[in-house]
Amino acid sequence: MELFFNPFDNLVCILLGISFTVWFTLLLVFIIVPAIFGVSFGIRRLYMKTLLKLFEWATLRIERGAKENNHLLYKPYSNAIIAKEPTSLEEEIKEIRRSGSNRDLNSAPEFEMSDIFYFARRGVASIMDDEVTKRFSAEELESWNLLTRSNNNFHYISLRLTVLWGLGLLIRYSFLLPLRVTLAFTGVGLLVFLTCVIGLLPNGRLKNFLSQKVHLMCYRICVRALTAIITYHDSENKPKNGGICVANHTSPIDVIILASDGCYAMVGQIHGGLMGVIQRSMVKACPHIWFERSEVKDRHLVAKRLSDHVEDKSKLPILIFPEGTCINNTSVMMFKKGSFEIGATVYPVAIKYDPRFGDAFWNSSKFGMVNYLLRMMSSWAIVCSVWYLPPMSREEGEDACQFANRVKAAIARQGGLVDLLWDGGLKRGKVKDTFKEEQQKLYSKMLRPTWAPPD
Amino acid sequence: MGSRASTLLRDEEIEEIKKETGFSHSQITRLYSRFTSLDKGENGTLSREDFQRIPELAINPLGDRIINAFFPEGEDQVNFRGFMRTLAHFRPIEDNEKSKNAAVSEPLNSRTNKLMFAFRLYDLDRDDKISRDELLQVLRMMVGVNISDDQLGSIADRTIQEADTNGDNSISFNEFIKVLEKVDVEQKMSIRFLH
Repeated sequence: MELFFNPFDNLVCILLGISFTVWFTLLLVFIIVPAIFGVSFGIRRLYMKTLLKLFEWATLRIERGAKENNHLLYKPYSNAIIAKEPTSLEEEIKEIRRSGSNRDLNSAPEFEMSDIFYFARRGVASIMDDEVTKRFSAEELESWNLLTRSNNNFHYISLRLTVLWGLGLLIRYSFLLPLRVTLAFTGVGLLVFLTCVIGLLPNGRLKNFLSQKVHLMCYRICVRALTAIITYHDSENKPKNGGICVANHTSPIDVIILASDGCYAMVGQIHGGLMGVIQRSMVKACPHIWFERSEVKDRHLVAKRLSDHVEDKSKLPILIFPEGTCINNTSVMMFKKGSFEIGATVYPVAIKYDPRFGDAFWNSSKFGMVNYLLRMMSSWAIVCSVWYLPPMSREEGEDACQFANRVKAAIARQGGLVDLLWDGGLKRGKVKDTFKEEQQKLYSKMLRPTWAPPD
Repeated sequence: MGSRASTLLRDEEIEEIKKETGFSHSQITRLYSRFTSLDKGENGTLSREDFQRIPELAINPLGDRIINAFFPEGEDQVNFRGFMRTLAHFRPIEDNEKSKNAAVSEPLNSRTNKLMFAFRLYDLDRDDKISRDELLQVLRMMVGVNISDDQLGSIADRTIQEADTNGDNSISFNEFIKVLEKVDVEQKMSIRFLH
C-alpha cells in the first residue's frame, strides 16, 4: 500500500488534474459558450489566413525542387484537357461531307463512309476526358496543402518541407483531432439530451422557441467540431416557413452547415444505430420528416407528406438535396423533380467548399461514414461559402422538370459550378438507352430527311 | 485520395511511350491519371466494363466498336501502353512531322493510320475487307430503329457500288482510302490537347 502513494505519483496526479481542468475551461470559454450565443472570436479566420500563407510557401518549394531536378511537375487540370467542339451532330457531319464529297451537295447526300469519323472522334474524346465520371472523385488541387492524401508530386519535397509536413501531422492528429472529437461528442450528446427534455413540454410557442435555440446551439458546436469557417451571403433571402430549401449536395456536412444558421425540418430515411437515435430524439422537439425504408419508394406518399408539411405555416422550411447523391462540388447534376412538383416556394442555396483546406466530398464507394468523419476532423479546416438565392416559384406553363433546371442553373451560376444535365445516379447505375436512341434518331435524319420518322 | 499518378509511371516508361506515340511528357502523365481513374479494379489494366462506365461513350451508337479497337485480337484486358497506342491515332499531325522522310517508320497518327482506325470500325472480322453485311451492321448501329431494312440495304448497295473498283462486292482498304481521298482526315480524326 505504501508503494502506491509516493510523492512522484502525487505530482503526476496533480499535474493531470490541472491540465484537464485547464483544457476543459478553455474548451468551454473559447468554443462552447460562443457557440451557444452565436458569436465568434475570430480565431478560426486568423488560423485560415496563416494556413494559406503556409500553403503558398509549400507550393513554391515544390516547384523549386522540381526545377532543380529538371523535371516537369504533375499539374492537374480540373477543367478540361482536350478541346471539345461545341458543334452539333448535323453541323459536324455536314462539314466532313463537304470537305470530301465529289458530287454536288444539292442532290441530297445519303450516307458517306466518312460519317463514322464524327462518332469515332466523339467516342475517343470521351475516353480521354468526359464530363461525368470525374465528378464522383475528389477534385484535384493545384497547390499542395500539406496533406499527403492530396499530393501527386511527392518526390520533390525538400527536408524543410518534410519537417513542416511532419509538424502539421503532429498538430492535426494529436491536438486538433482529439479536440474535435470531444466537441463532436459534446454537440451530439447535448442535442440528443436536450431535445428529449424539450419533447416533454406541451406543444406551443415555448416549445418551438426552445427547440430552435437548442438545435442552433448544438449545430454550432458541431461546426466548431469540424473547424468549419463558413461565410454566409445574402442572408435576407433565408428560407421562411412553408417553403422548401434546395441546395447542391457534396457531403453529409452540408446539413450541419446550413442548419447552424437557420432552422429547418429535415427529410430523410430512418437509419439504425446512433443516427437513428439522433433522428428519433430530434423529432420529439420539432416535426421533421423521417421515412421508413419501405415508404421511400412510394412517390405519392412522399409527395403527400411533404405538401402536408409545407401547408402548415407554423412548421419550419424543409431542407432537401435534389441531386440525391454526393457530387464532388465542381458541378451540379440533375435535380430530381419530386420536390419541385409540390408547388411551394423554393429557396435555392448554393454551397461551395474551398478545397485547399480539406476536401469535403464524401466518396461513399471509397470511404464509410466513420472513416469519412475522421478524415474531415483531421484536415486543416472546412472552409465554405453559402449563398442564399432569392426565392423562386413555378411559372405558368413551366413543368416541374423545367422549373428544376431553372433552379439548378441559378445555383450553378452563383456557386461557380458546372451545370450538367447528367443524373447523379450515374455514380452507381447505367445510363438510360433513350440517350443513345436520341443520337441515332438525329443521325438517321441526315441520311434522308423524308425516310426518318417525324418527331 | 489523390492518385499517385506520376510516381507510379517510371521515367523510362514515359520516354518509351513518348517515342512510340509522340505525346508530350505532360500529356502522358495526364492520360495516365485518366487511365488509373478508369481502372476501378486497380490492377493496371482496363476491361470492357471500365470503358462502358463512361456515360458519354455508352450513349455513342458506335461505342462498342470503339471500345473494341482498344483490345488486341482475342484479349480482354488492355494495359497503359496499349491504351496510349490506340489513343495516339487521334493525335493531331504537327507541321514538322509532315516532312518526315519515308525511312522513319510511319507514326501512329499518320493519315493512313487514322484511316486504318476508321476502317477497322467497319471491318469487324479483320479480313481487310468491308463486306455488305459489315457495312449494314455499322449502318444499323448508327441509325437504330429509325430506318427500314430495305432502305438501309439500298444505301449499302449504293455505297459499295461507288467504292468498289475491282468488282469483288466489298471494299478493301485501298478502295476505302480512294473514296476518302478528299476528306480532311487530319483534322476530323484528331483531338487537340489544351496543354
